[in-house]
Amino acid sequence: MIKKDYDVVVVGGGPAGTMAAQHAAKQGVSVALFEKDREIGIPVRCAEGVSKKFLKKYIDIDPQCIASEINKVRFVSPAKQKIDFTTLNPGLVLHRRLFDHFLAEKASEAGAQIFMKSYVHGMDNYDGKSRKIFIKHFDQEFTVNAKVVIAADGVESRIGRFAGIKTFVKPEDIDVCVQATMGNLKNIDPTRIEMWVSNKWAPGGYAWVFPKGPEIANIGLGICGKFTNKPSALSYFKNFIKENFPEGSALTTVAGGVPVAKHLERLVSDGVMLIGDAARQANPLTGGGILSGMAAGMISGKIGAQGVLQSDTSYNYLKEYEQIWKKGIGKEYNRFYRLKNNLLNLSDEKFIKIASEFENLKEEDITITKIVVAAVKNNPKLVKDAMLAFIGF
Amino acid sequence: MIKINKNKCDLCGSCVAVCPMDSIEMFETYLKINKNCNECMICVHICPVEALTKEDSDRSNV
Repeated sequence: MIKKDYDVVVVGGGPAGTMAAQHAAKQGVSVALFEKDREIGIPVRCAEGVSKKFLKKYIDIDPQCIASEINKVRFVSPAKQKIDFTTLNPGLVLHRRLFDHFLAEKASEAGAQIFMKSYVHGMDNYDGKSRKIFIKHFDQEFTVNAKVVIAADGVESRIGRFAGIKTFVKPEDIDVCVQATMGNLKNIDPTRIEMWVSNKWAPGGYAWVFPKGPEIANIGLGICGKFTNKPSALSYFKNFIKENFPEGSALTTVAGGVPVAKHLERLVSDGVMLIGDAARQANPLTGGGILSGMAAGMISGKIGAQGVLQSDTSYNYLKEYEQIWKKGIGKEYNRFYRLKNNLLNLSDEKFIKIASEFENLKEEDITITKIVVAAVKNNPKLVKDAMLAFIGF
Repeated sequence: MIKINKNKCDLCGSCVAVCPMDSIEMFETYLKINKNCNECMICVHICPVEALTKEDSDRSNV
């Protein structure tokens, strides 16, 4: 049953929201999480890849949530030259549905109450102690007082706007994506992720193959929002599959938007913190947002709960979260943002030239060092930085 | 006015993120465009699945 007062309210039940709920509840304050959909983890609008090492920093993962372990990376050039190498920073492709359930379970074990089919459609101003938020739960209206509201409501977030924070994303700062989990794939390696880079497949973005089993993979692509007039991401996707994976059959299809922006200048207002995609915290280069969202969830959950315990949930107290973000991951990602914008100007011809240096090498002879050397030789420090950023997911 | 093709829309929220007027609301099973929409077309262009189109007002009045 939804109560009238909570110390901390989290809006959105993705990895950012459930981490926030868990870490707030662990401090002993009352926590409710409201999710608009009918199931945590569904739909999976995600390629599901994470770095194993970094994930370990945030959670001891249930092995059931892991679809495959990745230790190889392939870049495919516009001329279909393949650059294969082994990564020293192994990755995981997750089963996001199970993973998100697992994180939600952790939150509820810590004491958070989770409510499905609960849409937050409004929020009042901070009255010095709390905010009133308005929730539609199934078809019933509820008003809840929350000392802290943590907005983890995704790319479509409106909580920030309710709090007077400008959250809208410029079209060139969003990658629109279409992905299918495909079965019956004959030419994939379950330990290797692939990045296909070309303006003809995915202008301003890239196409990916993230394996989930011997013949199953998430195949998708994202294109820069400034190129999406016509054709749409969906038609690029259909062409890419027809050309490269005609044998595959789709088990799921999703569309999605990934903010590949600088993170918001303001992540905090009185009684409100924005985290995850709602705060535009995904890696602007790769589009990966699971770990940064979880990190923001952990930090904001702790600080929000401490604010409650100290009886101060104003901007003044909560801004510590914003400061930690800006000094840490935020700073690194803003660098990736500049890198992405530079990469947007790299032509297909340039990529082909770099890739051609590797054509006659055996896979075991290719190291990340050699790729970097070739990239630097052919131009850009840019490509070097980009590749290093990519293989860290 | 902007029209939503419910058979195409995947409820991904991209249009909500780019709307400069905060005119679009996304619920679990549907999308709603509010009256303050100024038909700037950004959402129509961003939609990954071509679910949004601009209808001229004559037709929408029918």
